[in-house]
Amino acid sequence: MEKHDIVIIGGGPAGLAAAVAARKAGIQDILILERDSRLGGILNQCIHNGFGLHTFREELTGPEYANRYIRMAEDEGIPYRLNTMVVDINEKKEVTFINREDGMTTIQAKTVILAMGCRERPRGALNIPGYRPAGVYSAGTAQRLMNIEGFHVGKEVVILGSGDIGLIMARRMTLEGAKVKVVAELMPYSGGLKRNIVQCLDDYGIPLKLSHTVVEVHGKQRVTGVTIAEVDANRKPIPGTEEYYSCDTLLLSVGLLPENELTKGAGIEMNRVTSGPNVNDQLETSIEGVFACGNVLHVHDLVDYVSEEATLAGTNAAACVRHSEHKTPSHPVVLSAGDGVRYTVPQTMDIANMNDQVVVRFRVADVYRDRSISIYYDGVRVAHRKKKVMAPGEMEQVILKKEDLNRYNDLKEIVIGTEVE
Amino acid sequence: MKQKELICIGCPMGCALVVEWDGKQVVSVTGNTCPRGDVYARKEVTNPTRIVTSSVCVDGGELKMVSVKTNEDIPKDKIFEIMNEIRKTTVKAPIQIGDVILSNVAGTGVDVVATKHVASI
Repeated sequence: MEKHDIVIIGGGPAGLAAAVAARKAGIQDILILERDSRLGGILNQCIHNGFGLHTFREELTGPEYANRYIRMAEDEGIPYRLNTMVVDINEKKEVTFINREDGMTTIQAKTVILAMGCRERPRGALNIPGYRPAGVYSAGTAQRLMNIEGFHVGKEVVILGSGDIGLIMARRMTLEGAKVKVVAELMPYSGGLKRNIVQCLDDYGIPLKLSHTVVEVHGKQRVTGVTIAEVDANRKPIPGTEEYYSCDTLLLSVGLLPENELTKGAGIEMNRVTSGPNVNDQLETSIEGVFACGNVLHVHDLVDYVSEEATLAGTNAAACVRHSEHKTPSHPVVLSAGDGVRYTVPQTMDIANMNDQVVVRFRVADVYRDRSISIYYDGVRVAHRKKKVMAPGEMEQVILKKEDLNRYNDLKEIVIGTEVE
Repeated sequence: MKQKELICIGCPMGCALVVEWDGKQVVSVTGNTCPRGDVYARKEVTNPTRIVTSSVCVDGGELKMVSVKTNEDIPKDKIFEIMNEIRKTTVKAPIQIGDVILSNVAGTGVDVVATKHVASI
């Protein structure tokens, strides 16, 4: 059986950054498996700018950002296979893939890095009543059709959901001559970045209706219009608030889900909130030697943080290959989401074996003004930082330092929460 | 003295800015966490600009479309004029990142450049 030290599933921004980091950490035998016909992942269709301010200190478009990492991987001579679909990973770290040249092949990995990204929540998950006419697309599908395939998707558009892809597509379709009539958002706040509301909606006079949803899709062959209604605090449509919009296209930008079929198939312990695997501070899953990073671990807003996280996963996987003898795990410290926090990544920490510091990323549950982020070690508040505004659409982070953690003997639980004071 | 509240689009932080100006000149910018916010606010009330990104049809390439951008920010009121020129354009593969696709687009003095490699077939 073909054997590799590190097999990386996915050649998008996470997989590429993990590969480059693992090579820089001295591992020669790396293989990236990518199902698309080129590296770069979803960035290839994200042609707008705003990527890389954090990583490269300049503002790049998605394809340019991808190209930076593709070049790094190629400069390092890291092997990859395109048009290659991984169909199974098991607990022995055997990876089975299919492509035209090799047929169905199983290879043995010493370590695996999961970097499969995420996919869009589809219409089926939304329970919108009505027929199933043509003209209903997920925002990312419309983005691919326009930017990669060169199709015109529609002329009169309504967008449900104010996630970043929906906002970006509102602008993109407007620039291509379509009329975007309204963006309806079920929640009382947008799930997208504020800057995208300004530069994608406000710039073009596109109204954003918060606490609104689509209650009916009209048309049998092709969408002819949608009915939008306001929702109450329980997100139920309020009778009498219905408004009809004629349109030929309905875009859905209603959330992203980590693509974890392979992870689940391997029997890896999953997290109900993130829909990704549970990981420790090394970004290692419940199977030793299997790491996860990027949107497959939890959905990010910024590729810069994906690269950072993936670099860590790559470095740690390299260390795991080098020290193939079992490291003695100390008792894991559990990281928990406290008041107003939905989840944390990682979910556990091994303080004895941790790096000098660990970045803990999390999302808040609602829009909060003038609240603090607090960290508790076994019930004792050890840090407290005031934030003017926090929103579920914008990931937060705290940094935990080993030297601080070492001062607490027998620590069992770290809680990250928000507080009004 | 006029006051205007803006959200900075310089980076994903989205700082809430307050600009004060006397109708002609900006007197103060507050709420920004970095110098980009100051620059953005001053421009936004006097001469707002944006980067335009789009895609252009490719002839003889491995891909049907190549992504492009204005290599500098352009006046906001020129966006649709620029888009009209971009839409009319077809380029021949091969294309390298940074290749000029349209020079001095819509008389702005700014070029539209490729943001993706497209090999020829």
